[in-house]
Amino acid sequence: MKFKSQKVAYYFFALSMLLFSLQIVYGFIMAFAHMGFDGLHEWIPFNAATATHKNLLVVWILSGFMGAGYFIIPDESDTELWSVPLALLQFYSFAIVGVIAVVGFHVGWFEGRKFLEIPRPLDYLVALNVILFLVILLMTMFKGKKRTTTAWVLTSGLVFAALLYLPGMIWFDNHTVDSFFRWWVVHLWVEGVWELIMGGILAYLLIKLTGVDREVIEKWLYVIVGLTFLSGILGTGHHYYFIGVPKYWLIVGGIFSSLEPLAFLGMTLFAIQMYRKGNKKHPNKLAIYWTLSTAVVSFLGAGLLGLAHTLPGVNLYTHGTLVTAMHGHLAFWGAYASLVLAIISYSMPLMTGRKIFDNTIGHMAFWFANIGMIGMTMAFAAAGVAQVYMERIMGLEFMKAQLEIEPHFFVLIIAATVFSIGVTLFIINFLKFGSPVDEAIGQGEEFSALQTS
Amino acid sequence: MLSKKQAKMFFLGGTAVFFLIFIGMTVDTLVNGVPKYTHASQIDDQVRLGRHLWDSNNCMGCHTIMGEGAYYAPELTKVYERRGPEYIKTTFNFPGGWRPNGRNMVEYNFTEQEKEALVAFLKWVGESDLNGFPPKPSVQLDK
Ligand code: HEM
Ligand code: HEM
Ligand SMILES: [Fe+2]
Repeated sequence: MKFKSQKVAYYFFALSMLLFSLQIVYGFIMAFAHMGFDGLHEWIPFNAATATHKNLLVVWILSGFMGAGYFIIPDESDTELWSVPLALLQFYSFAIVGVIAVVGFHVGWFEGRKFLEIPRPLDYLVALNVILFLVILLMTMFKGKKRTTTAWVLTSGLVFAALLYLPGMIWFDNHTVDSFFRWWVVHLWVEGVWELIMGGILAYLLIKLTGVDREVIEKWLYVIVGLTFLSGILGTGHHYYFIGVPKYWLIVGGIFSSLEPLAFLGMTLFAIQMYRKGNKKHPNKLAIYWTLSTAVVSFLGAGLLGLAHTLPGVNLYTHGTLVTAMHGHLAFWGAYASLVLAIISYSMPLMTGRKIFDNTIGHMAFWFANIGMIGMTMAFAAAGVAQVYMERIMGLEFMKAQLEIEPHFFVLIIAATVFSIGVTLFIINFLKFGSPVDEAIGQGEEFSALQTS
Repeated sequence: MLSKKQAKMFFLGGTAVFFLIFIGMTVDTLVNGVPKYTHASQIDDQVRLGRHLWDSNNCMGCHTIMGEGAYYAPELTKVYERRGPEYIKTTFNFPGGWRPNGRNMVEYNFTEQEKEALVAFLKWVGESDLNGFPPKPSVQLDK
């Protein structure tokens, strides 16, 4: 760690881990409910559980991104953070808004807008909070001596993510229009600006971990984010097939969303290529594992499994079934959850000075979590495909088909248990680091000397 | 070989072009498409109230509508056509919560007007032109 103020990142990472573990609890509640065991229904009905599961996911990932921003931007700009007290204020207000939102879901304070269930009044607080976060980052960059491409890509991803939140806050009388703009947030986030954030963080990690020349890495970063927007903006059309808008979205959405996997393939090749070119001398093996797995699993989950149901002819049958949940899990896991775990694995040893970066618990966490998640994806896939055939092709009633697919939720729970063991081990490692210390300043910088060229 | 500058131009240029096309299509969709496809002129106070109730109770947290939502409870786009208004209205205030096939719906406390409003909203949704969604099954084992 170069600067004292980078330690702020730790708070966000810790919050991330806490919310992640809660998210998983709600996943289990829903998986059991799908199997017919809904004993908690009176206190936590399914719609409260699902709002909590999805929003905790978004919030812990955003918290991870914010931590990444606070860790990376001072380093890249070669200066202390603009204001640590304000960053802490931003942290506490972020945590408080998150807690209010989650408690609210349990007393029926939500909006029926998938992924944006947080009620409008809280949206304003979220917006204020994010503005504060961005001001701190931008001020840091402007006072800094250096402005790198990596820092710009990361920061502009965060700025555009904030801007895109706004169309989701407007009230429309027409449900179709509401849905139309909801996708400006959800789709243009995960298949647009979040990929800038992902590209920025991956580039930073690859520069640090492989020692490959920054110019080379940043050139490919531009190509990848270029591909992202080339396909992803018009690719929004794959959510507009069946919501009451003109048919041209079927063609445009079909063509451009089919190109979206290219950007993810780009990330995969980019990371693997840079790793092979690199000097492989960096001792933080766990960070390398998570960085490479992000690049690979995001392509499987978002790219391949996205492609599997993105053509209008297929989507007509799979739209609104568990096939979507199959893709949603592996995509979020591979691209964004693993990314946050990668930056945590990289930065924690530098912030705390503890060299936990190649231990057995860490490796077991990696394999259990990934294998568990792949098992969960397969369970959702089996359930989803069976649902499509029974309900959409053979014309069985919804609930009759659901009773037939209950066994797949048993498999889901087994795989989810494996996954949760992995996550628990990851969190144990996280706790073993303890909190960041000032003695760690300057440590770890010796690896910068390992640059290949 | 591609230089870093060219890569940057590719990124900025491509993004600008596709963003503009997207905005153009959005305007056309909202101005010419949506009013026709969704019979926007039929959105009256009842439909509006229905949508408000749909939203504030997070019905989408269990059901899907237009294929969007959660996968715990049935797709409701065509529920008006499938079940009719009376059936729909009995599900809301069912003592202990409606529990048709072992899955639990929340017990609501809607007034008669609110029930009518939700029915009106679901009827409106069912009449929108959704480009063929939900698909017609090839066989109808349950008919
Ligand atoms: C990291 C990137 C991605 C993430 C996190 C992600 C996540 C998700 C999630 C959570 C949904 C469910 C949305 C909802 O119903 O509310 C979804 C839907 C969808 N995604 Fe992705 N996705 C990603 C990338 C992609 C890509 C690259 C493609 C196409 C190649 C794709 C194709 C689709 C399609 C077609 C749907 C609609 C499913 C339906 O009709 O219900 N996704 N995605
Ligand atoms: C123990 C682990 C987990 C279990 C048992 C689980 C289970 C579930 C279940 C049952 C649903 C609801 C499907 C429905 O609407 O009926 C769901 C939704 C969802 N979960 Fe999980 N989940 C787990 C972990 C995760 C993780 C780690 C992520 C992200 C990385 C995630 C992301 C999502 C998303 C995006 C949705 C919405 C999907 C959609 O509606 O298409 N879940 N989960
Ligand atoms: Fe999408």
